[in-house]
Amino acid sequence: MREILGDIDRWRAQHKRIAVARVVDIEGSGPRDPGAAMAVNEDGEVCGSVSGGCVEGAVVAEALEILKNNSPGRLVKFGYSDDEAFAVGLTCGGTVHLFIQPLSW
Amino acid sequence: MIYSALADRIRKNKPVALLTVIDGPNTGATLLTSPNIENIGTLGNQELDRVASRDALGELEAGRTSVRNYGPSGQVTPEDLQDTPVVRVFVESFSPPPQMIIFGAVDFTAALARVAKVLGYYVVVCDAREVFATARRFPMADEVLVTWPTPVLTERGPNLGARDAICILTHDPKFDVPAIQGALATSVGYIGVMGSRKTHATRLERLAEVGITKSQDLARLMSPIGLDIGSRTPEETAISICAEIIGKRVGRNVPSLANSEGPIHQ
Repeated sequence: MREILGDIDRWRAQHKRIAVARVVDIEGSGPRDPGAAMAVNEDGEVCGSVSGGCVEGAVVAEALEILKNNSPGRLVKFGYSDDEAFAVGLTCGGTVHLFIQPLSW
Repeated sequence: MIYSALADRIRKNKPVALLTVIDGPNTGATLLTSPNIENIGTLGNQELDRVASRDALGELEAGRTSVRNYGPSGQVTPEDLQDTPVVRVFVESFSPPPQMIIFGAVDFTAALARVAKVLGYYVVVCDAREVFATARRFPMADEVLVTWPTPVLTERGPNLGARDAICILTHDPKFDVPAIQGALATSVGYIGVMGSRKTHATRLERLAEVGITKSQDLARLMSPIGLDIGSRTPEETAISICAEIIGKRVGRNVPSLANSEGPIHQ
C-alpha cells in the first residue's frame, strides 16, 4: 500500500472513483505476499501490483466491474489449476486470494 | 477518513493495522487501529471491533499480516463459533520500515544506501567527519549524522531488532572498534564489517584488546562483509551486502565472504 499512496492521493484529488485490490492469502508459491496492493481508478488507470504481472489484467476488469455495480467488495482467487477461477493464472503454480473493494473508506 | 488516517500514519512511520471484513456479514467494512490511539471505523459490531482490534495490535507488534476468523460478535472459540456465520477479517499490519545504520561516509556508503532504499529500509548514515557526512553527498539517506558510533548506538540501539542492520564501512580502527562494540550490545539482526581478509585479521586483534573475544559475539560479525560473488564496484558490493542480509534474515545458507577463503575480488 505504501508505494501506491501517491497515485491514490492524486486520483482522490481528481475525485476519481477508486478500487483497491489486495493479496490477502497465498497457497503454494506466490510472487507477492499478503498486503501487496494495486489500485484501479474509474478510467482504468492502474498503480501497484499483486503478482508478477500474471493476473493484473483480470484484476483491472474485476475492479471496474465492482466500481460499476457499487459492490461492497469481493474475494477472488487466481490459481493455476482451478476451474472456477478466471482464465488467467499464476505461472508459478500457486493460488493467490485477493480482496477487491471500492476505496470508499 | 480512514484512508487519510492510514496514509498519514504510514508516511510518518507510525505502526498501524487496517482491518477489513473480506467475507461474511458487512463484507467491505474497515477499521483502523494503532497502539494508544482510538480506533477509526467499525467492522459492524462493537464486540467484534474490540476483539479484532486487540488481536490486530498483537499482529502489528509481530509485523504479521493475516486473515483471522470470528463470529459476528467477536466469538473466537470453536464452541462459540458453531452455528454462527464466520466473519473473515484481513488484518494488514503496517510496521515502521526496518532500519539500516551505515557507519562511514565513503563511496560504498552511497551505493549501499541506494540499494537499501530500494529494499524499503530507513537509512541512517553516520560519520564523525563533517566534510564527508553531508546530506548533499547522501541525498538518498533518511538521516545523515555527524557523530561517533557510541552515542548513536546508545540512543538507538535499544530499538534495533531482527529486521534491522548495521553496516560498518570505515576501515578506521578508532571508528570501527566502537561501532562493533556498540552493535554487539544490541539485538540487531545483521552486523556487517567491511575490510580485506588482512584487515579482518588485524581487526580481530584490536577487538581482543578491548575484550571482544567471545565466539558467539565474533560469529555475529559478517566480516569481510557481503557474499562471495566477486563484486568489485561500490554498486556490486552493495548488492552483495543486501543479498547477504536477506539470506541471513530468512536463514538460508548463503556463500558469505565471512565463511569462505581466498581473494575477495577476481
